[in-house]
Amino acid sequence: MASRKALQPNRDNGDKYSVLLPTYNERENLPLIVWLLVKYFGESGYNYEIIVIDDGSPDGTLEVAEQLQKIYGEEKILLRPRAKKLGLGTAYIHGMKHATGNFIIIMDADLSHHPKFIPEFIEKQKKGNYDLVSGTRYQGNGGVYGWDLRRKLISRGANFLTQVLLRPGASDLTGSFRLYKKKVLESLVERCVSKGYVFQMEMIVRARQLNYTIGEVPISFVDRVYGESKLGGNEIISFVKGLLTLFATT
Amino acid sequence: MTKLLQWLFGVSLLGAVWALVSFDLLDLSLPQTYREVAWPMPLYLLVSFGCYSLATVGYRVATFNDCEAAAKELQEQIKEAKEDLRKKGLKV
Repeated sequence: MASRKALQPNRDNGDKYSVLLPTYNERENLPLIVWLLVKYFGESGYNYEIIVIDDGSPDGTLEVAEQLQKIYGEEKILLRPRAKKLGLGTAYIHGMKHATGNFIIIMDADLSHHPKFIPEFIEKQKKGNYDLVSGTRYQGNGGVYGWDLRRKLISRGANFLTQVLLRPGASDLTGSFRLYKKKVLESLVERCVSKGYVFQMEMIVRARQLNYTIGEVPISFVDRVYGESKLGGNEIISFVKGLLTLFATT
Repeated sequence: MTKLLQWLFGVSLLGAVWALVSFDLLDLSLPQTYREVAWPMPLYLLVSFGCYSLATVGYRVATFNDCEAAAKELQEQIKEAKEDLRKKGLKV
C-alpha cells in the first residue's frame, strides 16, 4: 500500500475548496455528480466541501440531497436550499455565505462538467497563483459531446463575435465550470447584473477589468445525459442583447 | 473607456486617415496612385475581415473536438456510481 500512499500526497496546506452546486430538478444527476466529486477529491487528497443550493425543485432533489448528506457526512455535503427558483448570481452569493473554503468551484450539476478536471484546475491555479481558472471547450483537448453542426456553428460564431468585440482574454466566456478565489468571486458577483449565459460572460469581462488573472484548462463538455437542453431563438436574442450591453458598458 | 468607445475611436482614426489621403484634404499633393489605392480600401478591409471571420469560424467548427471517449467514460462511471450508491443505501 506504500504506492497508494504516494498517490495521495498530504495536501493539508490550509487550502479548502467549496463546490457550489445550484440545482433545479436534478434528482437523477445529483447523486452521480456528488459521487464523482467525492471520488476525484478523494483521489487527489484536497480538502473540500460540496454545497447544494436547491431552488425548491418539485422533483424532490432536496430529499435526495439529504440522503447523500447521510451517506457522505454533514461536513462534506452542505444543504442550503432556497424556497423558489432565483437567479444564478444570488445562488452563488447564498452558497458563499456558508462556504468555509478559501476557493470556490462552480459547476453545473447536470453532469456536463466532469469533476475529473477539478484537480487540473487546482494545479493550474497553484502554478500561476491565478485569481480564477476557467474551463474552456475551445482550446487544446477541450471539446463537446452531443452537439450537432448547427449548435457548433452557433457556439463558435458567438464565441468569435464575442472575442472580436470584447477581447476578454479568455477563450470560453459562456462556460460555467470555474474555480475562483473566494474573495474574487465575492467581488465579481457583487458587480454582475446579467442573467443566464451572459452572467458567466460578464464575470470574465469584469474580472479582466479589475485586473484579475485568469488561467484556462481545456475541458470536455458532455451535453446533458439526462434531461434536455435547448438553444432556441430566445436564447440567442438574449445572448446578443447581453453581448451588446457589455460592449457598450465595459 | 468602454469597448464601444475604443471601437469608435479606432474607426474614426482610420476614417480620418483614409479621408485625408483619398481626398487630399491637407493639400499634400500626394501622388495620384496613393489616392487610387486609398479610395476603395475600406471595402477591401471589410471584405478581408469577412473572409477571415468565415474562414476562422469554419475552421473552428470543423476542428471542434467530439469528446466521444469522455462521453463513454462518463456512462461507465454512471453505472459504477449507481451501483455503489445503491450499496451505500441511496434510494432514488
